[in-house]
Amino acid sequence: MNSSSGKGSMSAASSSAAWKAGDVVPDQFPAGLRVLVVDDDPTCLMILEKMLRTCLYEVTKCNRAETALSLLRENKNGFDIVISDVHMPDMDGFKLLEHIGLEMDLPVIMMSADDGKHVVMKGVTHGACDYLIKPVRIEALKNIWQHVVRKRKNEWKDFEQSGSVEEGDRQPKQSEEADYSSSANEGNWKSSKKRKDDDDEAEERDDTSTLKKPRVVWSVELHQQFVAAVNQLGIDKAVPKKILELMNVPGLTRENVASHLQKYRLYLRRLSGVSQHQSNLNNSFMSPQEATFGPLSPLNGLDLQTLAATGQLPAPSLATLQAAGLGRSTAKSGIAMPLVDQRNIFSFENPKLRFGEGQQQHMNNNKQLNLLHGIPTTMEPKQLASLHHSAQSIGNINMHVTSHGVQGSQNNSLLIQMAQPQPRGQILNDSTGSHAPRLPSTLGQPILSNGIAANVSTRNGIPENIRGPGYNPVSQTSSLLNFPMNHTSELPGNSFPLGTTPGISSLTSKGAFQEDINSDVKGSGGFMPSYDIFNDLNQHKPQNWELQNVGMTFDASQHSNSLQGNLDLAQSILVQQGFSSGQMNGQNRSAAVVSKAMFSAGDCTEQGNAQNVNHHLNNLLVDNTIRIKSERVADAGPANLFPDHFGQEDLMSALLKQQDGIAPAENEFDFDGYSMDNIPV
Amino acid sequence: MERNPMRRQLAIMRQSLFDQGYLDEQFIQLEELQDDANPNFVEEVVILYYRDSARIILNLEQALERKPFDFNKLDGLMHQFKGSSSSIGAKKVKAECTLFREYCKSGNGEGCTRAFQQLKREYATLKRKLEAYFQLARQAGPAETACCRKE
Repeated sequence: MNSSSGKGSMSAASSSAAWKAGDVVPDQFPAGLRVLVVDDDPTCLMILEKMLRTCLYEVTKCNRAETALSLLRENKNGFDIVISDVHMPDMDGFKLLEHIGLEMDLPVIMMSADDGKHVVMKGVTHGACDYLIKPVRIEALKNIWQHVVRKRKNEWKDFEQSGSVEEGDRQPKQSEEADYSSSANEGNWKSSKKRKDDDDEAEERDDTSTLKKPRVVWSVELHQQFVAAVNQLGIDKAVPKKILELMNVPGLTRENVASHLQKYRLYLRRLSGVSQHQSNLNNSFMSPQEATFGPLSPLNGLDLQTLAATGQLPAPSLATLQAAGLGRSTAKSGIAMPLVDQRNIFSFENPKLRFGEGQQQHMNNNKQLNLLHGIPTTMEPKQLASLHHSAQSIGNINMHVTSHGVQGSQNNSLLIQMAQPQPRGQILNDSTGSHAPRLPSTLGQPILSNGIAANVSTRNGIPENIRGPGYNPVSQTSSLLNFPMNHTSELPGNSFPLGTTPGISSLTSKGAFQEDINSDVKGSGGFMPSYDIFNDLNQHKPQNWELQNVGMTFDASQHSNSLQGNLDLAQSILVQQGFSSGQMNGQNRSAAVVSKAMFSAGDCTEQGNAQNVNHHLNNLLVDNTIRIKSERVADAGPANLFPDHFGQEDLMSALLKQQDGIAPAENEFDFDGYSMDNIPV
Repeated sequence: MERNPMRRQLAIMRQSLFDQGYLDEQFIQLEELQDDANPNFVEEVVILYYRDSARIILNLEQALERKPFDFNKLDGLMHQFKGSSSSIGAKKVKAECTLFREYCKSGNGEGCTRAFQQLKREYATLKRKLEAYFQLARQAGPAETACCRKE
């Protein structure tokens, strides 16, 4: 157990609030269960929070999926379970579910007012551990702890089963085979991991004795082996037992493989509908995409370092690569690439399956086929062909992998793998700044994130480092559409920073103007969801799929995003308005009065057309503000409960606007158009 | 029975809200969450609901002004609204939401418009009734919570 001291203490600290894994559950359990609840509906959120508190859980609530993700990423061990709504403006609940499942492997409960079988089934297929129909009753929440226990029990069981063998095997394995982390890179790797508060991997690998969080960390290498095994068996015939045997990884249990397989299948399913778009995207792959390659440089550096460290890469090659690849990178080379395993050439069969005809096209164009010669047989020429033809093997491979599977560590591992065995000379030659550099960051992000900790949020550290070059995505989302590669390469940047970078969230949460929000939401919200999914998934999905999804997501969610963005903005404004007017004074009264007048008017003309009511009110309000005030003040009394707090102004203004034909501003409170002089705007 | 006549009146008012179908069991869930730490929990939730849902109503109105109707969008908005309304136990409002969504699914624009008008009426009615209820609850005695349990 090396370097476990830091991790051990971290794990101890992080798990202090959680019940200890294993058979012993603290007496007060499930009290203190740390729940993260995500719902864009503030009413539901408030109710849920109260319910969960009543169950003696520790509740953290957030109304945006991105916020939730960053919370989770920053505090990997800070939560035991997540409850999320299905329909949210900034991100589909199922996407969030996938993210959490891959990154943090926490149990996630979905909830929705939608009880259609289809939706519930979607929850199941996406890996939700439960599905609650709204309105949620407290009884349903009282037992959510069972999901936490169940998951931990399974993990513990895996650990215990392989317990004694693990440590011994792991150590030599680490140092000898560099499967998990070569000794040379271990320091970097661990330091990068330390960057994140997450220490799951360390716990699993190094702290077998503590086993606080017995989650299997699906490193890039491990995942490579997994995919290789799956491909060998055939995805349809791949059963956990056989996969386990093929992988032959000490310490890995069938349950680990089974759960990982389940997730993997989810992603494959999603990929399956993408193949037809590959051709489109692949074509665009060929176009020069210098911009997107910028962030990738770190990866090259990493590759090189790893290669160099492992002595696999000839010095000249290393130098050249570094010169080319690192030209743009910013010392990302410090990030260790323990995942690179030269010996485990990842099979490209999977990607090949995914890419289908798209790959074919590029085969001819790929001039890098010569690189293939030096690549182990597992490497598919077609796949290489699909890579940017101008790029070197690394470039191509990276691009290829990036475009197809930035999302998955599998791709990353592919990249790494390819980089290693390839003829050094070729790699070096073509690693021009335009291409090679791009890959590293892209690769780096997914690799590091996926490899180092599929379930861990090391990703956080990586994107931050690469944030500079890789941060462009948010602002470049539009350009990304034109260049699938850009998309791909940007995706990791997108997804990671989005989740972890405050900048992005600030972009999306800018509450200043509706337009800004709209654009932000569209730019990031619309795109992010698809990017996020892509990044995390071990998908060989070609970029066009991503593009497509992005487009679809964008289109589909654009309205809702902008709407929600507006709503959010409006809501915040509403709140402020409400509160500002809540200060008891004449202004408040008049506001309240007007509102009351509105509703009272509504009462008397209830049978009548609502429009008439509005109209009537409008006349009242617009023309007779003062009159109303005087009339109503007497009636107002102490019972202006709602007006004080409600968006009475909203409703009122809405009605007024409606009548006046004022363009319904999504920035709801544009009181300037009203004759509500007393209402502070 | 309540000693305090106001409390009695409050209990009657509350019961009628249930009997007439304005509120359903979910409202009781809210009441049960109310405790000393949150003595006005139900009222706070209802206030929050009316504030937040006002926005959705506005968005619905805007969406209904754009022809042709974007039924998907309308359905999505109404889904939101329904979720919110059901969480406070607004039974009639919820029913109108369901009806509206049915019309959306069948692409019945006129049905949507009608259902929406009806929904707004129910929404406003409930608001009025709850306002009166909470007002009475405050008058009946601040020490007692607005929630009126059967005794």
